Amino acid sequence: MVISPSALGWTILLSPLAAACGIQLFGVHRRRLSATLAIGALLVSFASTLLWYTFSSIVTWAVPNPFQLPFEASLSWISLPGLTISFGVLIDQLSLLMALVVTGVGSAIFIYSTAYMADDDAYSRYFGVLSLFAFSMLTIVLATNWIQLFMGWELVGFSSYLLIGHWYAKPSAAEAGKKAFMVNRVADFGFMLGILALWAVLPVDRTFHFQTLEKQLPLLIQTGVVSVAVLPLIGLLLFCGPIGKSAQFPLHVWLPDAMEGPTPVSALIHAATMVAAGVYMLCRTFWLFEIVPSVLTTITWVGAATAFLAACLALVEFDLKRILAYSTLSQLGYMVMALGLGGAVAGMYHLTTHAFFKALLFLAAGSVIHGTHEQDIRKLGGLWHSMRWTSLAFLVGGLALCGFPGLSGFFSKDEILVLAYGHNAPAFWLALVTAGMTAFYTARAWFIAFTGKAHGHGHESPPAMLIPLGVLAFLSIIAGYIGIPHFLGQHGEHHAAWLVPGLSIAVVAVGLLLAWLIYSRGTVSAQQLVQALALPYSFLQRRYYIDEIYMWYVETVQQRWIAGACAWVERVIIIGFLVNGTARLTRRAGHILRLWQTGRVQTYVLGFLLGIVSLLTLALRR
Amino acid sequence: MAENICFFAFAGLTLLAACTVVFARQPLYSVLSLLVVMFSLAALFVMLGAYLVAALQVLLYAGAVLVLFLFVMMLLNLEPEALARMRLFTLRGAGLVVGLAIALLLIAIVRRGGLAGTWQAAEGTVESLGTVLLRYYVLPFELTSFLILAAIIGAVSLAKIKHH
Amino acid sequence: MIGLAHYLVLSALLFAIGLIGIMTRRNVLMILLCIEIMFNAANLAFVAFAKAWGNLDGQVVVFFIITVAAAEVTVGLAIAILLARQLKTLNVDEVSFLKW
Repeated sequence: MVISPSALGWTILLSPLAAACGIQLFGVHRRRLSATLAIGALLVSFASTLLWYTFSSIVTWAVPNPFQLPFEASLSWISLPGLTISFGVLIDQLSLLMALVVTGVGSAIFIYSTAYMADDDAYSRYFGVLSLFAFSMLTIVLATNWIQLFMGWELVGFSSYLLIGHWYAKPSAAEAGKKAFMVNRVADFGFMLGILALWAVLPVDRTFHFQTLEKQLPLLIQTGVVSVAVLPLIGLLLFCGPIGKSAQFPLHVWLPDAMEGPTPVSALIHAATMVAAGVYMLCRTFWLFEIVPSVLTTITWVGAATAFLAACLALVEFDLKRILAYSTLSQLGYMVMALGLGGAVAGMYHLTTHAFFKALLFLAAGSVIHGTHEQDIRKLGGLWHSMRWTSLAFLVGGLALCGFPGLSGFFSKDEILVLAYGHNAPAFWLALVTAGMTAFYTARAWFIAFTGKAHGHGHESPPAMLIPLGVLAFLSIIAGYIGIPHFLGQHGEHHAAWLVPGLSIAVVAVGLLLAWLIYSRGTVSAQQLVQALALPYSFLQRRYYIDEIYMWYVETVQQRWIAGACAWVERVIIIGFLVNGTARLTRRAGHILRLWQTGRVQTYVLGFLLGIVSLLTLALRR
Repeated sequence: MAENICFFAFAGLTLLAACTVVFARQPLYSVLSLLVVMFSLAALFVMLGAYLVAALQVLLYAGAVLVLFLFVMMLLNLEPEALARMRLFTLRGAGLVVGLAIALLLIAIVRRGGLAGTWQAAEGTVESLGTVLLRYYVLPFELTSFLILAAIIGAVSLAKIKHH
Repeated sequence: MIGLAHYLVLSALLFAIGLIGIMTRRNVLMILLCIEIMFNAANLAFVAFAKAWGNLDGQVVVFFIITVAAAEVTVGLAIAILLARQLKTLNVDEVSFLKW
């Protein structure tokens, strides 16, 4: 049987959609069927991606290789004169890697979910939305043009909203879902404006198509058809998308709250894949950002600020999942910073390894929550004794996150640090300090929750949860050795100075040591430390008051002032004056006019006669 | 000369009688004055050579319509009309003014029209009018019979409505 | 010499008198009588025009008008009788329930 490349590509994209539809149609009350459909479809997708990867890299003797990268298959979706929008699959190194991450990590998390969500009433809905999410994410990954990307972008936002609010009966979950949706809407509006602006500045044969744009844009700029002056604005507008979706400062506020969703969702959507979509989008369209250095600088600093500020927040957090959420923010900041420094490969590399170890950390945290029904680290402790495998998985993930030498996070973070060292010294030092803090807060969580005296009794989770943990732990360990940068097209030159890795190892060691001293040995009392640093501590506890500022903006500026003014205009001018005024005028006029309607014959005759008089007068004047 | 005298005499009589119709307080006087109007108009018709029309005027109007009026008045036993109430004076005054205005306008139009042309021969005898009527106006002529039939049925059905 | 204009002026005056009657009288029967005056004013004009133009069409029209007037009077009087019976009045000012 000959497998056609396009059929394989479409299978990657469409099988989760088929599963979502199938679950909606047949599986609403059949739990096993729903889970089987969702997992099966995602595994099919994963297998197709693997096949694509295998064929494209191994089968080189077939000339010409039908699986030559990049490959594109698309359908014409909207075809109007001057506007053609297609929907398709674009397969190149970048999208293959991302699709492998999405379907691979996704499969592990889907399987994990069968055990984690086993007692949930809305089991089928959960898997249906999860499949919808997988489809949406793959729509972004395989997008051939801006419109398809934006469609997937909105769809992941929507499925993320559904999944955060999965336990919608819980007010905080419903609120968190709303918050995520609205914050993303704000960002997506800018993103949409950016897409439209880019389209609008193009000359006659406008297009949304990535590959065409990639080829044409440099030419158009060279010939002066597209002015260089508008590009920074477009770049910034487009960057609004990643600011929202990848939760960069100052629109990061939704991600910690999104932890209200089920933990596998946090692992899949709010750590491994969806929040990485912003980074992926930047890589996908890096040809655009490359030519506007001013935007790249902005991206660098937004990323660096996010990395640092989020790491600070993680230092004082006690909720296990929120610690991981802040660490996700921080790591996303690293990736964005890498993009800003021109390192698309480094960014994607860190994205991939982060997807592995952060999914691992979240799933381990989920296992803890499943075993103890507790996620406040102060109430946890000594889990190492009761949940050995889970603890081991958390340890591997945590060390990878810290950048412990030899684990995947070390290599990918190192790439970014090298890049920063070479291009932007202040950003480098900020990133280095952040690396130290990362090690500190990870170790803090580890020492408080997993070592020390046990609180209560946890029980180890079932194999359906432990096996995905094992797979992800394995990936987190080896991801640094399988040549991801090479696959993405970076060759050689890993002979950076010993200085950067040395500094990074030193900083990590300091962070781990400090955490050990404070939380394990108790050499320095955490209580005293908090009292000594009361002011910055409370500042961090309140998360820089950003939520309060947004609240103030929404409640006072928007609701009271703007909405109040609008309401006044509505009430007084539109309703009072225009609507009721018209009604009153009509009624008054009616009151006056009805006096003429006396009901007496002679009044009407008089009117008739006056008409005759005027007609006769006219006849006479002619 | 005799024609002049006749015209002005009958014209004067017509106008005088018409005024009486309008302003008499007793309804009976009005009806009788209208009879005078009809007769003097019939005389004017004769002067204009419309003999059949004049005959019909006397027969139909004077003989049938006005008699019908008289019957109805006697049936209803009409009281003399009370004086108009104050608030209707304005309406009455307006009617008077408008009526006069229309008369003046019509006269002005007649004067401007310069219609003092010579008379022509138009003898409306039974024979000549009958010829025109039955040769050129057969369809309207027949339709009038339907009109009258409808009027009869209407009058009868209206008069049969019982008091409730 | 009496011309067309004389008759037309007479017709106009008669018409105006009838009109004034309609506007000033309140009895339904009186109003009907005044309508008859106006009919006759029109008749006079038609007959005069017939003579002026030298054909009989004007007189034919008068013939029809007399017929229509007869029908009108018949129905009008029937309505007047009905009014007198049902509402005990012939005053048009009191028959004003069609207003508003």
